[in-house]
Amino acid sequence: MQLVQNYKAKFQAMKDDKQFANDRRKAVRISKKVILGLFKAVVLIGISYMILSPLIGMISNSFFSDNDVYNPMVYLFPVEGTLERYTTSIKVMSYGKVLFNTLLYDLTLMAVQLLICSLVGYGFARFNFPFKKVFFACVVVMIVLPMNTIMLPLYMTFRNFGPFGNLLSTPVPMYIMTALGCGLRSGLYIYIFNQFFRGLPKEIEEAAFVDGAGMFYTYSRIMLVNAMPSVITVSIFSLVWQYNDSFYARMFTISANILLSKKIGSLSDTVANSYQINDPTILQLYTYAGIILLVIPVLLIYVLLQRKFIEGVERSGIVG
Amino acid sequence: MSGGKKKKGMSLTGKRAVVGLLFISPWIVGFLAFYVRSFIMTIQFALSEVTVNAGVGGYTLKFNGLENFIYEFTKHPRFPQTLVTSLQDILIDVPLIVFFSLFMALLLNKKFPGRTLVRAIFFIPVIMNADAIVSAIEMARSAMMGGVSATSAAIAESSGSGVNMDYYLALFKELALPDSLLDYVVGAIGRINDIISASGVQIVIFIAALQSIPSSLYEVAKIEGATGYETFWKVTFPMVLPHIITNIVYTVVDSFTSSQIVEMAYDTAYKDQMWGLSSAMSFTTTVIVCLILGVVCGLIQKRTFYYN
Repeated sequence: MQLVQNYKAKFQAMKDDKQFANDRRKAVRISKKVILGLFKAVVLIGISYMILSPLIGMISNSFFSDNDVYNPMVYLFPVEGTLERYTTSIKVMSYGKVLFNTLLYDLTLMAVQLLICSLVGYGFARFNFPFKKVFFACVVVMIVLPMNTIMLPLYMTFRNFGPFGNLLSTPVPMYIMTALGCGLRSGLYIYIFNQFFRGLPKEIEEAAFVDGAGMFYTYSRIMLVNAMPSVITVSIFSLVWQYNDSFYARMFTISANILLSKKIGSLSDTVANSYQINDPTILQLYTYAGIILLVIPVLLIYVLLQRKFIEGVERSGIVG
Repeated sequence: MSGGKKKKGMSLTGKRAVVGLLFISPWIVGFLAFYVRSFIMTIQFALSEVTVNAGVGGYTLKFNGLENFIYEFTKHPRFPQTLVTSLQDILIDVPLIVFFSLFMALLLNKKFPGRTLVRAIFFIPVIMNADAIVSAIEMARSAMMGGVSATSAAIAESSGSGVNMDYYLALFKELALPDSLLDYVVGAIGRINDIISASGVQIVIFIAALQSIPSSLYEVAKIEGATGYETFWKVTFPMVLPHIITNIVYTVVDSFTSSQIVEMAYDTAYKDQMWGLSSAMSFTTTVIVCLILGVVCGLIQKRTFYYN
């Protein structure tokens, strides 16, 4: 009985002890954090693995030599690793030159997309004009409409483009369409910009207006800067989708010398013809190497651009 | 103000209307030039019997009213069924993808070691889903048909979901959960690969949305003593709501353009040479999808807070 009394007293003392209570609370907080962190890590690592697994297969296979492919003992790690797939692919695709041309083409188109779509998006977000709802419904229809329904009229438009004659097999149609807000997925970009501009506080704009800023000045110096995350998002998407586009490239028969994505399609055939390789299993490896060469530049650009996400927020924190 | 200054007599609303139209004018020109023509052509085709003139080139149209529309719904062997399954798939996928990507964006938005790497990994599906790469892989695979090799086996293996569903299914059946709910969840888990690869774009949009929430709102919530849960529902969720609409639009369109029904319309035109019927199919499906988007967005938009 004495023992129980003793323990009870000790327990009460513990409860009264502020230091102990604080320590306990701290321990609970830390363990909560650790468990949550673990849960997060498990989810992220698991999903990352699911995304990466096909790519891992491709990367490891692209280093396989001819013997490795048919060796049942080889799994993921090549025994006689070779860089031959890459050197050949780079040579066949004239990688450096074509990559430069592709990036030039995509970056200029991206700049045009950014300018036009943000202008249109701002127009929809902040101004009232007659038939606004009808126009915006048209933007949504533009997003929904499958591209192959407008393929034929587009083709005919640019085959016989007024005084300029046949514009096909040049990149000009793409620039014209993009400059008029109808480029690759422009509808979606207009929509994204519209939503972001609508989310910005109206007070910033009014303050600018009171200070005597013109409407265009307000757009370029105040709204666009504050909507930095949307600018980054649209530039990422327009770059990546333009880079990987094959639909417009095929429709306008744009030369493969300025489109890396087109080179990929013909890579294995070219290798088969010029190196007399007829084994599809081996040829597949060249395609994998080509795909990895195609993916790396965009991935790098994405990593560089997404860092800007954070800068954008810091800047908007000052203004907003 | 460049356009507005000359019109001194106009009211501010009138001026703003003119400037607004100026802002969207490039798009109006483009839309009239490139899209309206194809709309007219599609509707024209849908309302007539199209015969391609062999040899000479070109085509002749014979007006036949709603014949094509009646045919696709009452006589076509697969159209109504495919339409319903495609729409069903879209309606099932959209909430899953949107919530999954919101959840992932919330995770990826916080600071943690290796964030750049993980964000890059989550962006890979966006790149890999591009048709240039998909068709290159498909071409390589189809050339492989018949040849047995370690490489193709390894890739086939790694792309499967590889989850033993039966065990878990039996477990939950014993808990007497309703079958329809079970089917939905099981279906979602079985397609987790598709869902992950379809939500890359949405994750990027959500991250941008989360980044554009002013940090002052969070500070206020913290000072007022809001818990994390309350902060999410009272600050994060309302501020992200407009972008949920964007993502719904994108997800619906994305799963629609890759659905069987669009493929069917394409095949009807380019394989079976029935241009009129194909146009009628495209028209019907586009109208239905636009209606769905209109209803869903209208419902959410009503609850959305905008600054104007």
